[in-house]
Amino acid sequence: MSSALRPTPHDPDERGHWGPWGGRFMPEALIAALDELAAEYDKARLDPEFVGEFQRLLRDYAGRPSLLTEAPRFAEHAGGARVLLKREDLNHTGSHKINNVLGQALLTKRMGKKRVIAETGAGQHGVATATACALMGLECVVYMGEVDTRRQALNVARMRLLGAEVIPVSTGSRTLKDAINEALRDWVTNVDTTHYLLGTAAGAHPFPLIVRDFHRVIGVEARAQVLERVGRLPDAVVACVGGGSNAIGIFHGFLDDPSVRLVGCEPGGEGVGSGRHGATLTAGTPGVLHGARSYLLQDEDGQTTEAHSISAGLDYPGVGPEHSWLKDQGRAEYRPVTDAEAMAAFRLLSRTEGIIPAIESSHALAGALELGRELGEGAVVLVNLSGRGDKDVDTAAAWFGLSENNTDNTDNADDAGASAAGRGSNERGEA
Amino acid sequence: MSRLDQLFEATRAEGRAALVGYLPAGFPTVEGSRRVLSAMLDAGCDLVEVGVPYSDPVMDGPTIQAAAEGALRNGFRLRDLFSVVETVASAGGHAVVMTYWNPVFRYGVDAFARDLASAGGLGLITPDLIPDEAEDWLAASTEHGLDRIFLVAPSSTEERIAMTAAASSGFLYAASTMGVTGARDAVSNAAPELVARVRAHTDLPVGVGLGVRSGAQAAEVAGFADAVIVGSAFVSQVARDPGDGGEAAVRALAAELAEGVRRRVAATG
Ligand SMILES: Cc1ncc(COP(=O)(O)O)c(C=O)c1O
Repeated sequence: MSSALRPTPHDPDERGHWGPWGGRFMPEALIAALDELAAEYDKARLDPEFVGEFQRLLRDYAGRPSLLTEAPRFAEHAGGARVLLKREDLNHTGSHKINNVLGQALLTKRMGKKRVIAETGAGQHGVATATACALMGLECVVYMGEVDTRRQALNVARMRLLGAEVIPVSTGSRTLKDAINEALRDWVTNVDTTHYLLGTAAGAHPFPLIVRDFHRVIGVEARAQVLERVGRLPDAVVACVGGGSNAIGIFHGFLDDPSVRLVGCEPGGEGVGSGRHGATLTAGTPGVLHGARSYLLQDEDGQTTEAHSISAGLDYPGVGPEHSWLKDQGRAEYRPVTDAEAMAAFRLLSRTEGIIPAIESSHALAGALELGRELGEGAVVLVNLSGRGDKDVDTAAAWFGLSENNTDNTDNADDAGASAAGRGSNERGEA
Repeated sequence: MSRLDQLFEATRAEGRAALVGYLPAGFPTVEGSRRVLSAMLDAGCDLVEVGVPYSDPVMDGPTIQAAAEGALRNGFRLRDLFSVVETVASAGGHAVVMTYWNPVFRYGVDAFARDLASAGGLGLITPDLIPDEAEDWLAASTEHGLDRIFLVAPSSTEERIAMTAAASSGFLYAASTMGVTGARDAVSNAAPELVARVRAHTDLPVGVGLGVRSGAQAAEVAGFADAVIVGSAFVSQVARDPGDGGEAAVRALAAELAEGVRRRVAATG
């Protein structure tokens, strides 16, 4: 594990650029704090004490290493490929987010700051942050779009139980993007005392670098586990892409293995053609949002356009800059997965393997079904199962038309790969 | 010598600070913003900052956020910006544009500079662009003869103040408080200190913004800065008095502030 924080040839330049991407498009008022964070991380990543403490927390608190689970009944729908799941859903708090949060919370303490702010979409990052703050005695404020506070109500309750203050954001699209805006406004006002614990591998330098590094453990573990389990590298590694943290974490384990295809699944919403989606790398153009240059969903005047996804955690019009770089280099490929495809995969995994995935992760599962069919018999597909679906039961129940009085289970798992046709209701995620 | 240099030479010769007023283009409507900006200049502003409404104004407080949202809802387009600047400039007014970076980046940095210059704009204030990332803007502004106004903040190191001043022309914008835009009751005492630090590195005029809303505050800021920048207070006047598009209220405020910048108070900080 110790290698996961060490500098690599894939680090950005010292100002945070991967080629034309990344950098710092931020108010001068925040540059000192970004410099402080970058300097602290540069020291910490080489400090055995810091690295040791981070590893200890990952092991004894988060429960790492996370399991690698083969999903043979699910894989029956994947064209004869073997599907292996990297079980980030089994981490404490239920997603990959805890890795980054523990790392940044330790950095917060090193910097002597006592207050932490965060944005959250699905609530998983907010819950992880509230958890780490409880653990380390830090004050915690979480900004969350009003739409998301409704569709992820369970996580709002969890954060409050953990002692965090949750502030609903009612500007703009009232989702993740606007939660980040509000967190940035708080940060610029309180930067002396406050660390902004950003939850994805986006934003101004050094965030994309440090968030990635704290998640590199996913790929390092998974590579070793797959080698041990199947005796060779996987043919493809699949992950969902919101801001890009779980994807970049697992991709990094395989960047130097050219035979391994790296596939990011973006939220295709109601279909890229419909305009209602969040497929930034598929359909976006170069732009600047939240501090970095990257692909972006925007209109011709540079106004950010709203993303749409059934998944609160993927409902973001930007993406981390390193993904833009990997796309341009052709090292990773990105494809959209619609709400309906993701929900079908959600149901299929639940019913074939007894694992209820997060809707975010279900996008990767749908991508794995598709890739398996493309790669064919005997292929090995590794999926980052970034989180568990407990938070999504209301959204899923509404989607599938399940309720107290409607427990009709005539649909069987074999239909699940079909389409949304079997769902009993047209309701979207805001039930 | 740029037109902004001349402007500040004149106000310095008069022994006073310049008054700079901000309004987003397209607020309350495109036509309304032409009238309000003209009224601001007519009633005592030496320079206007024409804002670009943007979907994600992370440096702005509720007042300017709401104005930008309103302008966008009313269909503001970037081409309207150039036409508003042209209206102001062709009537003899001095205008710079204040914008988040993405609209410029998306439009094309050189094309934006070209179109702003041909509309008669004098320069660009870039609150989320630091000189470190501004290579293409440094080139385009030189090419098209525009001034580039970067920001410094209380948290800026000496090294960054020096670097930012060296990259700037026209004037330097000192964001006097750590925080978003919005009127405040008290002028931050960080402001005089920041201006003093800036003066150790440059002879460029220094403008102070964030929070000024009264003649008394303007006089206080004029005691240590070369320009008093007023944004949210003007926007509030328009928002409060939609009857005549806020013109009368804006004129009254501009007159009060113009009187203030001529009555500089000794710095207290
Ligand atoms: C379970 C899960 N997976 C994925 C994501 C998307 O984020 P990222 O792209 O940074 O991994 C989220 C975000 O909330 C999430 O909760």
